[in-house]
Amino acid sequence: MRVVIAEDLFLLRDGLTRMLQAHGLEISAAVDNGADLLAAVTADQPDVAIVDVRLPPTFTDEGIRAALAARREVPGLPVLVLSQYVEQLYARELLASGTGGIGYLLKDRVFDSAQFVDAVRRVADGGTAMDPEVIARLLARNTGDGSLAALSPREREVLALMAEGRSNAAIAQRLVITERAVAKHTASIFLKLDLQPSDDDNRRVLAVLAYLGT
Amino acid sequence: MSAGYTPDRPRRPGGPEQRGDPEGPGTPEVLVKLWDWLRGRLVYVGYGLGLFGLALVGLVLLAGSVTLLSLSLVLAVKAGNPESRQEALATGAGLTLLLWLMVSPLLLLCIRELARLTRRLAGQWCGVPIAQPYLPRPWADGGKPGLRRRLDWLLTDQATWRDLLWVTVDGFVGWLLPVLPAGLLVLGFVGVFAPYAGFDLRALAVLAAAFGLWASPYLLRGYAMFGRSMLAPTRQAELVLRVRQLSETRTEALDTGAAEIRRIERDLHDGAQARLVAMGMTLDAAGQIIDSNPDAARALLFEARDASVKALAELRALVRGIHPPVLADRGLADAIRALALDSAMRINLASDLRGRPPAPIESAAFFAVSELLANVSKHAEARQTWIDLRYTDGMLRIGVTDNGHGGAYPSRGTGLRGIERRLVAFDGVLAVSSPPGGPTAVTMEIPCELSSPKTSSY
Repeated sequence: MRVVIAEDLFLLRDGLTRMLQAHGLEISAAVDNGADLLAAVTADQPDVAIVDVRLPPTFTDEGIRAALAARREVPGLPVLVLSQYVEQLYARELLASGTGGIGYLLKDRVFDSAQFVDAVRRVADGGTAMDPEVIARLLARNTGDGSLAALSPREREVLALMAEGRSNAAIAQRLVITERAVAKHTASIFLKLDLQPSDDDNRRVLAVLAYLGT
Repeated sequence: MSAGYTPDRPRRPGGPEQRGDPEGPGTPEVLVKLWDWLRGRLVYVGYGLGLFGLALVGLVLLAGSVTLLSLSLVLAVKAGNPESRQEALATGAGLTLLLWLMVSPLLLLCIRELARLTRRLAGQWCGVPIAQPYLPRPWADGGKPGLRRRLDWLLTDQATWRDLLWVTVDGFVGWLLPVLPAGLLVLGFVGVFAPYAGFDLRALAVLAAAFGLWASPYLLRGYAMFGRSMLAPTRQAELVLRVRQLSETRTEALDTGAAEIRRIERDLHDGAQARLVAMGMTLDAAGQIIDSNPDAARALLFEARDASVKALAELRALVRGIHPPVLADRGLADAIRALALDSAMRINLASDLRGRPPAPIESAAFFAVSELLANVSKHAEARQTWIDLRYTDGMLRIGVTDNGHGGAYPSRGTGLRGIERRLVAFDGVLAVSSPPGGPTAVTMEIPCELSSPKTSSY
């Protein structure tokens, strides 16, 4: 699997490169700004691009805009955006296209390299990886107006993990329950929220995120 | 009698007949209009009489003072006359002078109140608002002033002497303007009903009364403008007031800034710094036992990792409180949008901002909105909030309206007061309308320039 990294801080760029290499991923390019990222994704056609939100020259939301621009250049290019903070606003913009292959994670998540590499692979496969903090705030907002009131606490846990983009197997492992139990919870959630059930993991995640209002 | 049976009545579309006017179907439109006009003008005539009364009060005050002073002078001169050297007269002169000295500061204060009232009425009745020009009391920030300081404050204020000038001018000639309509009206009545009056005189009287009525608002306006030339703050007084206000808000801004820095220092000290220290110790402990007990060492390393995650989370929260990232990235509208997304309330944002206000104003406006929203969700029990961002004529206007139960006053809670204080540092203002039962509408206005929006390279 080939990866392009755009990160302006040398230490982090270097650390990311080594960590991903250690997990058997190939780094086709590691750049430090948005323009180089665009050049690299068109030239190398990587499987996934990992982009920091703050990039030169403005050091604001350059990374978000570069990621969206890269997806316009190379339609369907999976992009994983990393940031020191996560905002629902940016999550919305990244998810606006309604297609998969989008990740949005806090930088801290790289501390758990196994989980992080799992997220990278998921995004590269066209899946979704939303940071738990984004999902927590989404759920908190929806709890406020009562639309999630019908769910049991367990179902809410499953919903949160599903919204992060995790597969049934991963959810089962995380909650220490069987995959069958997860499937049962999922079916119940979709029924209660009046959503169309789907066997496709990715479509299911996007439906849940759309329901929660990203 | 219904409108249909009177063919001579003017019938116009949309007239009172068609609208079912409460005045009754029998009153023609022209008369209704005339009556309304007459009523309006009579109110002005009344206002004029009121202002005339004020002028008279001023004159009486002035006359009293002058009488006292001249009495003492006359007595003194008489007592000093070599032909009638009388101790009693001298004592009388001294006493009256003393009385005058004691009464005149009081008199000046009365005149000041009179002038204050005139200024207010000029705005309310004549449509010519006049600002109050007085120097603020120097002892406003605590302490009881002695007579000396009170006198100093009163006598060194230019406005005191200008008030005196106004009362004199107003008392002698100024009152003619506001009283003129009433005078003409009286004249008209007398002229019309006088038994000796011929047709010419009666017509003239009616004309005079009509002119008085017609001219009353203009005369009041003229009177107020005339008053403004003496009652309005002079340029110097304006500057003094401005300097005073600026130094107050500067002190407040510096205090707030210093308090913020102290809070940040404390948060860093108790939060991230403490966690880093703990992490260092955990890592050291892991290093000590890594050979003897690798499993325990691994557990310690994971513990250190978790501590670093927590430290980062704390730093994130701290940064959000200092300057929210979206505000830095995208500006006010998107920062508020992000705030709205995190809120459990339904929030609608309408914005026509094309550029960005200066960073300090942007930040103040953002935290003001953020605090208002927190207030709404805490107190108002509102289901929905509307935020309106507008920029017109060099003024940033932010409206926050909720459909909660209302009853919010700046004087009650410290929240609104605090927001107001911070806006004042930028010459901003905050207005609250919150009748019991709602809705609550808070409007903030901050004068500023907008910079042109950044153009994206993508």
